[in-house]
Amino acid sequence: MTTKAKRLNMNQKYQLMTRGLDWETTYQDMDDVFPYDKYEGIKIKDWDKWQDPFRLTVDAYWKYQSEKERKLYAILDSVAQNNSQLSISDARYMNAVKIWMQGVTPLEYNAFRGFCTLGRGFRGAGARVACQFQAIDEMRHHQTQIHAFSHYNKFFNGMNQQSRIRDRAWYLSIPKSYFEDAMTAGPFEFITAISFSFEYVLTNLLFMPFVSGAAYNGDLATTTFGFSAQSDESRHMTLGLEIIKFMLEQHEDNVPIIQGWLDKWFWRGYRLLGLVGTMMDYMLPKKVMSWRQAWEIYWEENGVALFNDLARYGIKMPKHHETATKEKNRITHEFWSTIYQFSHATALYTWIPGNEELDWLSAEYGELFDTVYRPRYEYWKELDDKGERFFQERLPVVCNVCQIPIFHTMPDDPLKNCCLVSEYKGTKHQMCSEGCLDIFNNEPEKYCQAYIPPQQIYQGNCGGATLDDYRKWLHIRDEDTGEYYGSEDHQMWEKWKAQAGKPTDEAA
Amino acid sequence: MSIDIKTATIEAKRTTFDHIVEKLGEGKTPTRYQEAVFGHQAEEVFHYRPTWDSERELFDARRTAIVMNDFEDLLDPRQYYYGTYVIQRSKQRESQEKNFSVVEKRGLLEDLDAVMKEKISKVVVPFRHAEWGANNNNYYIAGYGFQTPITAAATFQGMDRLANAQYLTSIGLILSSNDPAILDQAKDEWLNTPMWQGLRKLVEDSFVTKDWFELHVLQNYLLDGVFQPLLFKHFENEVVKNGGAAFAMLTEFFVDWFVESQRWADSTIKVAVKESDANKALVESWINKWQPTVIAAADQLAEFVFAERSKDIIQQIETELDARSKKIGIQVQEK
Amino acid sequence: MAENVFIALQNNPDAQPIIEAIIQDNEHAIVNESPGMVKIDCPKRLVIKRETVEEKLGREFELQDIHLTLISLSGNMDEDEDEIVLQWNF
Ligand SMILES: [Fe+2]
Ligand SMILES: [Fe+2]
Ligand SMILES: [Zn+2]
Repeated sequence: MTTKAKRLNMNQKYQLMTRGLDWETTYQDMDDVFPYDKYEGIKIKDWDKWQDPFRLTVDAYWKYQSEKERKLYAILDSVAQNNSQLSISDARYMNAVKIWMQGVTPLEYNAFRGFCTLGRGFRGAGARVACQFQAIDEMRHHQTQIHAFSHYNKFFNGMNQQSRIRDRAWYLSIPKSYFEDAMTAGPFEFITAISFSFEYVLTNLLFMPFVSGAAYNGDLATTTFGFSAQSDESRHMTLGLEIIKFMLEQHEDNVPIIQGWLDKWFWRGYRLLGLVGTMMDYMLPKKVMSWRQAWEIYWEENGVALFNDLARYGIKMPKHHETATKEKNRITHEFWSTIYQFSHATALYTWIPGNEELDWLSAEYGELFDTVYRPRYEYWKELDDKGERFFQERLPVVCNVCQIPIFHTMPDDPLKNCCLVSEYKGTKHQMCSEGCLDIFNNEPEKYCQAYIPPQQIYQGNCGGATLDDYRKWLHIRDEDTGEYYGSEDHQMWEKWKAQAGKPTDEAA
Repeated sequence: MSIDIKTATIEAKRTTFDHIVEKLGEGKTPTRYQEAVFGHQAEEVFHYRPTWDSERELFDARRTAIVMNDFEDLLDPRQYYYGTYVIQRSKQRESQEKNFSVVEKRGLLEDLDAVMKEKISKVVVPFRHAEWGANNNNYYIAGYGFQTPITAAATFQGMDRLANAQYLTSIGLILSSNDPAILDQAKDEWLNTPMWQGLRKLVEDSFVTKDWFELHVLQNYLLDGVFQPLLFKHFENEVVKNGGAAFAMLTEFFVDWFVESQRWADSTIKVAVKESDANKALVESWINKWQPTVIAAADQLAEFVFAERSKDIIQQIETELDARSKKIGIQVQEK
Repeated sequence: MAENVFIALQNNPDAQPIIEAIIQDNEHAIVNESPGMVKIDCPKRLVIKRETVEEKLGREFELQDIHLTLISLSGNMDEDEDEIVLQWNF
């Protein structure tokens, strides 16, 4: 009848479906249409050089994602119907889920909104579309997590007040300030921070061992949304690498700007992940992989390979990476010790690990653990046995950049505390490390704005000056906090086990 | 360890999260939609001011002049959260894909007379750029809007518009037996022929409209309320009458989608208008400001398609739009 | 060693043919299993060929379907209808 239609390959089809849609505006100046993509100093000569790593059209996206969602919600429904919370390894595990819900889920929300602005803001159509897909993916992660946790929230404490503590709680300022830092920056820094530094370089440390850990600890809901989200994440990671290469190739003036961002966001991301490492080492009753081991695999092997690859653009390893590696044997213990002493001011429970767990930590971390941290835990355990569970009276001083309590030690001396001070406009600001100090000194105007929870509390801006007032202001009950053993979660778990006629207190 | 719980009684401590209880009242079981959209945008303790808008907070209600006691009232009547959205669209996609492949395999568009083919390639194919504009505008609303109900729905609307643009691209490629030249030509028309310039200027003006609710009214209510019926009702009828029944198979998605998205636009605007006289006055001022220009832009296109019948058709479209406006509580200006 | 690329897939029946295909097509691939997932490392370059997956699966396979089981990856990625390549360029 007619000439047979030419076949278009995937790449050609994608090009036609996406790129050709855009045009140079003439009734309005392009700089008014895209007002935010120049002020950071990144120079883009040719947006057409942008390579889309995954060539998804919307209808293909609907197809794959609906398949994933059908599977996911079928499992969430069955978790609720079968009360699958009963198959977790131990109720202590739920505290890892609480940290996720309190600290990580809100970041998924912010990623959703942040990528929406990029999905409108980048001048190149290919980059815009990639960010749009990521935005809607992140909305997915946020919502599927809320839906997954909704069932757990019916039984366990520490999740019901999430939307209040997300903004207010001192320890949740760690993830919150991290993401707000990125979102309040320009679009190129945001995507470098989130897609590259976080998703490409560091997210493996977050998702892979943790979700695998959830699987090992019998948490079907988290395993399901975790791996399912991760299948989107690999698209995001590829976007992260692509945007970095694209910026570096576009103009040599971009190289030092990007190096500065990589230095900053490596350190900021690394500090944030200390929290995740602590979840892995302490909150998973059944251990999958220690933080040290994860650091060696995902940073020392994979991360370094990535930076080797970027060396051809003149990119160097991020500043202070040696310090991060030096800290791999201690950071999670320092973190856990801190949360242990302050958990009465959180919506989490903490505990001293059982003997088998301490042995595992000794095996993973060696001498330093045995000489420094184990004796400390054993001492606290003694106190607890005497009915004198150890808590600090006042909230800790926190770093003005990463918001983590200043508990870190000197890179070369794990016994000596590190606290560095920078003075800006007559005010002293405290930082936890050289890494955070550099970040502060590069943008003092930004970090002097930071909301510092302990200061706010003592100024009476958080419901009163005592920890009791503060907890009320957070909508945290006494029963939601403090020691795990004897807590409501613990009692409920013991009751379930007793009802099931199983021997209680199975060795962890 | 796993507990065999057949004998145990598992009692829930609470039905849902505290912020949902505050919203819905004690003892109500929320839907997944409600859990997905209530209480998630950060409300306080913002650490830094945006470098791109240092006058305001990261999330700030003042990015529109509309004032709401609670922006979470701008609900989506379809109650889409991500899962229900993609599952619904993937069903529609399946039937749409079947239609495309039937039309393509059987060559159903090939018998269409040359005049109609020409009209499709001059009217429908260039419209992909307008859909792309709608995509961009909805991501603006999603990024800078306030609270989750409106920003989540705008994200879906944005995705839908990219899908629309891609479906129109496919229609062009079917028409040209996969010769991409048809797209270049359509772009050239979009950029240069006088009949598209009214719309293109409007779309570019929408790109610099800063108030996200105004943009919502302009894009999802006015532009869509005029151009969707013009193309996918009146023009489609025209093609079908002239032997192009197959064309209706290709645009089926648009027809269903418009019915649905209209409901969302109407109900969100209605809620805002009902909230206060000030909001009502604002929305009316936006409609008065933009509607005549949108109609004028549609006129230019309609003349090419419908010649002497164009006045009637445009009037019909505007009457329908005004009827919608009255329904959602807006005073319509005398024409 | 800091020269590996890797791909991680969910450890489920859908991923099995892909894993087998990777092992067959990449001589130096090292398979690491952990709960729920399989991570495959390979020095410098790793390829997934549609043809081999189809062979293992016994029917047609679209490479984009890998999205349904993919967990993570590392390396510069290039994808077309016939293969996905991950590699470092140093
Ligand atoms: Fe995510
Ligand atoms: Fe992501
Ligand atoms: Zn710090």
